[in-house]
Amino acid sequence: MRNRVSIAMTILLLLSITSCKREERQLRPDPNASQTLNTVQVSGLNPGANSISSPPPAGQYEESAYAVSQGKTLYNQYNCVGCHANGGGGIGPPLMDNNWIYGSEPGNVFATIMQGRPNGMPSFRNRIPEYQAWEIAAYVRSMSGLLPKDVAPSRSDQLYVKPAEQSMPYQAPAGVTGEPEEKK
Amino acid sequence: MIGFSRVPLLAAGVFASYPGDHSILHPAGPQASNIEWLYWVIFWIVFVVYVVVVLGFMRAGARTYTSADEMLPIMKDEAGDRRASWAVGSAITITVLTLFAVLVMSEITGKKVEGETSKNPVTIQVIGHQWWWEVIYPDPQADQTVTTANEIHVPVGKRVVILTNSADVIHSFWAPSINGKRDLLPGYSSAFWLQIDQPGVYHGQCAEFCGLQHAHMGFSIVAEREDAFSQWKAQQLKPAQDPTELVTVHGRDVFLSHACVMCHTIRGTDAGSRLGPDLTHIASRQMIAAETLPNTPGALAGWIVDPQRIKPGNRMSPNPLQPDDLQALITYLQTLK
Repeated sequence: MRNRVSIAMTILLLLSITSCKREERQLRPDPNASQTLNTVQVSGLNPGANSISSPPPAGQYEESAYAVSQGKTLYNQYNCVGCHANGGGGIGPPLMDNNWIYGSEPGNVFATIMQGRPNGMPSFRNRIPEYQAWEIAAYVRSMSGLLPKDVAPSRSDQLYVKPAEQSMPYQAPAGVTGEPEEKK
Repeated sequence: MIGFSRVPLLAAGVFASYPGDHSILHPAGPQASNIEWLYWVIFWIVFVVYVVVVLGFMRAGARTYTSADEMLPIMKDEAGDRRASWAVGSAITITVLTLFAVLVMSEITGKKVEGETSKNPVTIQVIGHQWWWEVIYPDPQADQTVTTANEIHVPVGKRVVILTNSADVIHSFWAPSINGKRDLLPGYSSAFWLQIDQPGVYHGQCAEFCGLQHAHMGFSIVAEREDAFSQWKAQQLKPAQDPTELVTVHGRDVFLSHACVMCHTIRGTDAGSRLGPDLTHIASRQMIAAETLPNTPGALAGWIVDPQRIKPGNRMSPNPLQPDDLQALITYLQTLK
C-alpha cells in the first residue's frame, strides 16, 4: 500500500515537470528571417491561383502571448491609436469589427501596415522591422476575437471602455478578401 | 566622522568591495557623509558585540569541564542563579537601548539627509524607463528645456532637486557616493535633493528589480564646476548640427528613413519620437545603452545592428543595415556633439 502511494507520488512529481515548459519568447528574431513583403496577397483579384501566401508559422506570432502583448504595446507606441483609436476607429476605420477592407488574414494586415493604403494609411516599410509588423498584425486580429483566448491580451494598462481583447467575441471576418459578406 | 572611519582600514577593505567612487564609504556630498557616519556607528556597535560574543565563547571553551561519565550531584546555587538572571536582564536592556539609540540616530540622519532646503536649486527630472534613464532639465520656457539620457550633469556645491517619475514599472535611483536609494514610481512624482562637493563622475544603478535588463540600467552623475556646467547646458540646448559632408548627410537620411526615427529624437530634424533616448547630442555622452557600452564607433555599430544580443529583451529592435548605410549612420551620430 505504502509502496503504491510513493509510486503514485513519484509519477505525479515527474508529471509536474512537464509544466516547466514555458512559452518561448523570441527576443532576437533572425534579421534576415522574412522577405515576405512581395509575396503577400493584397486582394482576391489576381491572375492565376487565388491563394494568400503563408505568413510565418502561427506559433511565432499568432500563438505567442508575448508577441501579441508586444504588438499591443507597439500599437500604442507607434501611434496606430492616433487614427484607429483603441479599435473603435476615428480618422481610420475601426479594427474591432468584422469588416476587413483589405482582408483579415495575418498576411493581409501585415501588407496593409507595410505598404500603406489609400486615404491616409501610411506605409511603414523600412520604418518598422518586419517582425514587429507581424506582432502588430497579430494584435490587430485579436481585437475582433480572431486569436485564441489564451493568447489575446487579458488586460489593458489604461482604462478602456471596451473589454480586453481576450473577452472580445469571435467575429467572422467579412470583406473583400475575407468570407463574402452575409446579406440578411 | 572621517577621523574614526580611518582606523579600521582592514574592515573597510573587506566590506567596501566596490572600487573607486561607487561606494557609500567614499561620500562626495553632505548627505552621503551623514549616511557614512551612520554606517560607521552601526559598524562599531556590531563590532563590539561581535568581539564580546567571541570572547565569551572562547572563555567558555577554555574552561575545564567534567567528563560525561562522572555524574554531578544536583545542587542549588542561589548566588549563581541571581548572577545569571542579572546578566540576562542587563543584556536584554543593553540590546533594547542600543536598538533604540540606532533607531533615533537613523531617524536623525534621515532628517539631516532630507531636511535641507534651498531657494534656488537646480531642478532635474529623472524618469525611469525599461531600461534607461530619461533626464530632463525643465524650464518655464519650453525651448530652454534640456532633454538627455543616462548622464546627469550637475554643478558642484549646489543643491540639486531631483523630481522622479517612471514610465512603466518601479525603478530605484541609487548613486551610493551621493545619497541613499529613492524609488521611482509610475504615475507618481516625488522629489528629493542631492549635493556633490567634489568634481568627478559618480556611477549609479537601478536598485529595484525592474525586468530582464535591470542589471544593465546604470547612469552616471557628472559633477563639474559652475561654468563648465552652464557651458554643457548651453551646448545641450542647441539643436543638432546640420550635416555638411556627403557621408554625414547620407547618415542622417539613413536615420530618418529607417526604424531609428520611430523611437528617437534628434532635435533639428524630423525625428521627434519620445520612446527611446534623445540622441540630439549623443556624441557628448561617455557611454551608451544605459552605461552598458562605451560610446565608440564600434560599440555603437554593434548596438545598432544587434541590441538584443547585448541586452536581451530591451525595447530596441535589431537593425539589419547595409554596411555603407551603417557606416554613414555612425559617422553622422559621431558628429552630434
